[in-house]
Amino acid sequence: MLIFSVFKTLTDQTVSVELKNDLSITGTLKSVDQFLNIRLDNIKVLDEGRHPHMMAVKNCFIRGSVVRYVQLPAEHVDTQLLEDATRRETAATKR
Amino acid sequence: MAGLQPYVDHRVLLILQDGRAIVGVMAGFDQKSNVVLSDSKERVYSMEEGVEEIPLGLYLVKGDQIVLIGELDEAADKAVDLSTIRAEPLPPIRY
Repeated sequence: MLIFSVFKTLTDQTVSVELKNDLSITGTLKSVDQFLNIRLDNIKVLDEGRHPHMMAVKNCFIRGSVVRYVQLPAEHVDTQLLEDATRRETAATKR
Repeated sequence: MAGLQPYVDHRVLLILQDGRAIVGVMAGFDQKSNVVLSDSKERVYSMEEGVEEIPLGLYLVKGDQIVLIGELDEAADKAVDLSTIRAEPLPPIRY
């Protein structure tokens, strides 16, 4: 739930998503849902020469379960706040 | 919600867990992101020959098989001569 909120604060920022089929897609985060499905706009595939499959695709919906990593823009994440929030959440669920 | 509503009645590219790429017009979807495609074709990529399009007709794809749904820019898609494209097929998802 916490991570869902983090992603919601990052809408309209540029993120890179690496999928479990080794495809890396960069784009503007348009929306995210409870499953961490992600909608990206103005996408760019890393190494387009090797992966021309998405040449004519401008925006896409990525299923949350196939995401390996999401690279976030560091300047838009308050790491200290996030640390505190994750600790608070773990403490709350332990009880 | 990162819904699929904006894609309905649009030509989309589906990438599946086994690496297959299917294009078609999204006729509908549900909460589990099962998707119905009309007038769909599989695009088979290979290094030996150009992209082969296999007509599939009306197709229902189960949501858990879907990796990515991309909206095809029809003008950009038509501008590409698929017979000139040589590429490895996308790898399957590895958890």
